[in-house]
Amino acid sequence: MAQSAEHVIDHVELFRGPEYQQMLAKKKIFENPRDPAEVERIKEWTKTAEYREKNFAREALAVNPAKACQPLGAVFASVGFERTLPFVHGSQGCVAYYRSHLSRHFKEPSSCVSSSMTEDAAVFGGLNNMTDGLANSYNMYKPKMIAVSTTCMAEVIGDDLNAFIKTSKEKGSVPADFDVPFAHTPAFVGSHVTGYDNALKGILEHFWDGKAGTAPKLERKPNGAINIIGGFDGYTVGNLREIKRILELMGIQHTVLADNSEVFDTPTDGEFRMYDGGTTLEDAANAIHAKATISMQQWCTEKTLAFVAEHGQDVVSFNYPVGLSATDDFIVALSRLSGKEIPEQLARERGRLVDAIADSSTHVHGKKFAIYGDPDLCYGLAAFLLELGAEPTHVLSTNGNKAWQEKMQALLASSPFGQGCQAYPGRDLWHMRSLLFTEPVDFLIGNTYGKYLERDTGTPLIRIGFPIFDRHHHHRSPLWGYQGGLNVLVKILDKIFDEIDKNTNVLGKTDYSFDIIR
Amino acid sequence: MSLATTQSIAEIRARNKELIEEVLKVYPEKTAKRRAKHLNVHQAGKSDCGVKSNIKSIPGVMTIRGCAYAGSKGVVWGPIKDMVHISHGPVGCGQYSWGSRRNYYVGTTGIDSFVTLQFTSDFQEKDIVFGGDKKLVKILDEIQELFPLNNGITIQSECPIGLIGDDIEAVSRAKSKEYGGKTIVPVRCEGFRGVSQSLGHHIANDAVRDWIFGHLEGDGKPKFEPTPYDVAIIGDYNIGGDAWSSRILLEEMGLRVIAQWSGDGSLAELEATPKAKLNILHCYRSMNYISRHMEEKFGIPWCEYNFFGPSKIAESLRKIAGYFDDKIKEGAERVIEKYQPLVNAVIAKYRPRLEGKTVMLYVGGLRPRHVIGAYEDLGMEVIGTGYEFGHNDDYQRTAQHYVKDSTLIYDDVNGYEFERFVEKLQPDLVGSGIKEKYVFQKMGVPFRQMHSWDYSGPYHGYDGFAIFARDMDMAINSPIWKKTKAPWKEASRAKLQAAE
Ligand code: SF4
Ligand code: SF4
Repeated sequence: MAQSAEHVIDHVELFRGPEYQQMLAKKKIFENPRDPAEVERIKEWTKTAEYREKNFAREALAVNPAKACQPLGAVFASVGFERTLPFVHGSQGCVAYYRSHLSRHFKEPSSCVSSSMTEDAAVFGGLNNMTDGLANSYNMYKPKMIAVSTTCMAEVIGDDLNAFIKTSKEKGSVPADFDVPFAHTPAFVGSHVTGYDNALKGILEHFWDGKAGTAPKLERKPNGAINIIGGFDGYTVGNLREIKRILELMGIQHTVLADNSEVFDTPTDGEFRMYDGGTTLEDAANAIHAKATISMQQWCTEKTLAFVAEHGQDVVSFNYPVGLSATDDFIVALSRLSGKEIPEQLARERGRLVDAIADSSTHVHGKKFAIYGDPDLCYGLAAFLLELGAEPTHVLSTNGNKAWQEKMQALLASSPFGQGCQAYPGRDLWHMRSLLFTEPVDFLIGNTYGKYLERDTGTPLIRIGFPIFDRHHHHRSPLWGYQGGLNVLVKILDKIFDEIDKNTNVLGKTDYSFDIIR
Repeated sequence: MSLATTQSIAEIRARNKELIEEVLKVYPEKTAKRRAKHLNVHQAGKSDCGVKSNIKSIPGVMTIRGCAYAGSKGVVWGPIKDMVHISHGPVGCGQYSWGSRRNYYVGTTGIDSFVTLQFTSDFQEKDIVFGGDKKLVKILDEIQELFPLNNGITIQSECPIGLIGDDIEAVSRAKSKEYGGKTIVPVRCEGFRGVSQSLGHHIANDAVRDWIFGHLEGDGKPKFEPTPYDVAIIGDYNIGGDAWSSRILLEEMGLRVIAQWSGDGSLAELEATPKAKLNILHCYRSMNYISRHMEEKFGIPWCEYNFFGPSKIAESLRKIAGYFDDKIKEGAERVIEKYQPLVNAVIAKYRPRLEGKTVMLYVGGLRPRHVIGAYEDLGMEVIGTGYEFGHNDDYQRTAQHYVKDSTLIYDDVNGYEFERFVEKLQPDLVGSGIKEKYVFQKMGVPFRQMHSWDYSGPYHGYDGFAIFARDMDMAINSPIWKKTKAPWKEASRAKLQAAE
């Protein structure tokens, strides 16, 4: 017996002992298993170019896609407003999933309600669910705003949110002047980044364009302020805080829209804060007067930025700016739009990033990387790798589209290190598996699910992306700003050095290279 | 902290009743009436817990429940390792449930095993508008080509499927024929059906009945010689290896396990189960349906058992042995004896650290009662419990065999109620799910996830009990819980109190 009270062993060790191994071997008889030789043959076959071709010929099946559905993005954006409760109209199971998903990544509570539609609502529509649901949420959770989005059930049966909310208010679910912005977020269109865009646009539209016909439209009186939109981002806590620090350093009057950096990082001090921080509703309304709006992620904000531009503001978008040049562009844009000077402090921070790159870039130079993730994140990381002299050989985004591909391809073409590198829109991680077998790279950058690729192909995984379930707390450190660039550089370097050590540590065989200084 | 030990049963009852009244005040009248039926204080001697269950959740209250798809794909079918399970519909549901349930298995993932892969039809608008059956046909072909060693395919319907009128049964039949009788199972577990995961379990059970048992060829001879000691483990999902630390005990007592449903299970095991002499059922809620069916159709008796904590394990081993001859009965005694030193050592080590600690639970359909014995073996007391998707028969079992007088009972509890209850009762530990974990930890209350074992486990069997005890101790006795208040704030509070 391997188990003991003195040294309790769990699943990691328990099943390796002879008793369990024998038991599992005997179990095989009942499984009618495939011939091991055949398993081996197919396993090897999946590594071939022939398999890759068949794999890439797939038209219908998705295997291990790297994207989620719209309402997740809507929930993520909604909790970025002061005391705002996301309310997803449709089946309740989806909401259980969004909450779990966000909690597993941030290791934080995630509050969100559902209108719990069931079979009868599928037949008669979900109006009653909306009416009762709004009343209950309002009374129980005392929100300042309820932001409504939809699951695919409500979308398929065609529930009309605008009309439903209006009727609910007439029936007294919530006070007539209570803010209930909404967005249709069909899961069968786009991905979570689309949902973020739709929800944020819905909220701005609500405040700026007359609260669904119940208030006068706001008239824009331009001021010097700048609005910032972070986009869907697993590093929202670290990133938005870093951006705010930079804006404060520069003395720029600003509003971060959908600022969920507090609600996903509350303290443990005996009190559960269901709501925390967030863009105030007043600031959300007043954001119309800003001089300009900057989006940190173009593909998270296509509709929102178009809407903002229609209201007369300058709009600028970035693609998840990571590293030196991208941060330079961001800081210069801030200065240009606000008319503020760039303080010496930022020049020093920049200098430190240059210093770090100069110190260590030789270790990254010429290394090949595969990257996957949301379209903007992929772009930002690829740009930084090029800057380091590395080659982003495969850049894959399941929720990237044609326009993304063109922009990616242009970026790759712009650098000598991008030659022979390729962007893959709409592909999944089973495609990536084929790429890694047939055109191997040195490192893989992606979310937690990349560990399956690391296991299968032996490509070391650097965890940057969403979701990260199996490593803790990285979302608290920024990837943006010069400081963020430094963090990304260190993450990459740590993995590179770990790999060199791992490959040179056989006593008396390879350990001449097991250097103490690198 | 243990209020329970310092108060009489009558006082506790009164306090809990008052607490329920207080909580109900937050609701609009109609909702208060509905919720009142789901909350109660258990009265000793009653045949059930006095709450309504398996009823629709109320909109907008933040129910913790999931959906039928979660019950079918996530619970029943997903762990069958040599079959490909397609999350049929848009990308979300499959993505959020990808690999998160810790159904351990042994196999070559992506080649002959597929549990931790996310197969989805990733519906786009055109599939909704024009229907998805053509896409499904193509998907089945693509799976056959790229994953040739799969032993079968299931189609797990997400919400839209039932709303757009797709005929996944027709597609399954046609493709099965085309592939020479391949097992292809359509499952109508759309998320809007029923009121929770529960109907998904039932639908999934029915799909096994109709599409596996209904298609057994000839007399369905298993590929092994039957013995009088063949049993099947039903309703163990092998979370963190639970089914393995259970199986080992059954085999040590002389039984032969011919199938695991469904953790680390395979199609061949499902098909062979009608040859079992006894079906032993752990998760009654999710697999009682198929057990009853096998009893009716194949005459296989079934018995419930509980492998959490030594008291219940010993009781269960004897109960199971009761269906067999003396050889097995002796085997059961031998196993109990063999592990007694381990049990003694675990209790000697952990009981002094956990004695008298109070626990509040809220889990799915089995554990709200099943783990109570394990806590009691460690000297702990469960002062509140409730089911996400239990039915009345679960509450009956709970009342008759598990909970103590005056235990607070909450069915389909929501975020608001659960928080208030914990705030007032101040248990030493809460055991529930990921959505609850961080809420209570922020409040300074130690917590263990009781669905995923908080990434630990197994908890079943004797080996599992040691881990269970260790984990509860780690949670409750972590030094951090004494430090959640800033010292200067604590000082000022103390001063204030002193001044009073
Ligand atoms: S894809 Fe549809 S049913 Fe699935 S989680 Fe997203 S909204 Fe819900
Ligand atoms: S043990 Fe609980 S969580 Fe597991 S399947 Fe049964 S009801 Fe569900």
